[in-house]
Amino acid sequence: MTVEPFIGLSALLFAIGAIGVLVRRNAIVVFMCVELMLNACNLSFVTFARAHGNLDGQVAAFFVMVVAAAEVVVGLAIIVSIFRTRRSASVDDASLLKL
Amino acid sequence: MTAFWLLAPIMVVAALGVVLSRKAVHSALCLAVVMISLAMMYAMQDAPFLFAVQIIVYTGAIMMLFLFVLMLVGVDKTDSLVETIKGQRLVAIVLGLLFGGVLVTVVAQAFVGPVVGLGEANADGNVHGLAKLLFNRYVFAFEATSALLITAVLGAMVLAHRERLEPRRTQRDLALERMQRYAEHGEHPGNLPTPGVYARHNAVDVPALLPDGSTSEISTSKTLRDRGVVRDGAFAGDVSVTMRRLEADGPERGRVEPPPSTPARHDGEEDL
Repeated sequence: MTVEPFIGLSALLFAIGAIGVLVRRNAIVVFMCVELMLNACNLSFVTFARAHGNLDGQVAAFFVMVVAAAEVVVGLAIIVSIFRTRRSASVDDASLLKL
Repeated sequence: MTAFWLLAPIMVVAALGVVLSRKAVHSALCLAVVMISLAMMYAMQDAPFLFAVQIIVYTGAIMMLFLFVLMLVGVDKTDSLVETIKGQRLVAIVLGLLFGGVLVTVVAQAFVGPVVGLGEANADGNVHGLAKLLFNRYVFAFEATSALLITAVLGAMVLAHRERLEPRRTQRDLALERMQRYAEHGEHPGNLPTPGVYARHNAVDVPALLPDGSTSEISTSKTLRDRGVVRDGAFAGDVSVTMRRLEADGPERGRVEPPPSTPARHDGEEDL
């Protein structure tokens, strides 16, 4: 099995996730797009681990998963607390610090 | 490689679905498709441990957390299409496509050298090899992970906690309030009347009968009233008319009662 298609797919998924983060306004969907980017990185980690013949890439992917889980917990808690005060989950509404 | 070419289009379409679908729930379901497909890719690439973790942690835990928060925040909220920064959407899409094009055409082709494969590294089993790495070379990173998890738990607790700003209302307060309303507005302090009970209907949509034969407005749910499905007075007319209608329905409908003129008969009519 060659490596390039996997890396290409991972790059494509990362780019789609990046576009989603820039375009979408709903904070939860933005979070999902961040998750998509993290998953794309994981795919290339695993692919490179196979290409180089050692397991360091898989360990890195494992750590990415742990960090993603922690990030989701805190991020969703922030979204819930913002929603509680502002009655909205849109990233555009939280703009009080803007000049 | 067949599995890859089967899965890759599904993943790309689902990833586009995450970005493009108007409803957040659809985005979440598309993301679940991407994650399960990714798990299969891990299985294809000699990473059985990550395959299991991807399904259990990502699809099982993280996606459920997303859906849970979606339900909490409100599923029916769709994105607004109003741009707060002018032209931001267009610029973002163009830049994102350029970024993706560069990544796919340049970076994905840059890998050189033969593919070694994990046969040697996985000789003792994938989980065994991962554990060896995790508890030797990456043991400090592993320890730091524990600090991260504790911090995340504390952060979630602090952020989700809400201070009680007013004292809790006891049963006594509620009763006093009710009597206050009775004194000021004449609002009846007791329970609302229950809806009428007829064997021919779902009882909740039939209003109760008052002693004078009229129907009680407050005995049915306000939702049903607003929806207009309350059977207003379907059986609230003259009792003899009702009886005739019941008998016309056929003998199997039940018993033929004595002449419906006595007050006792009126009561019996209600719980037919």
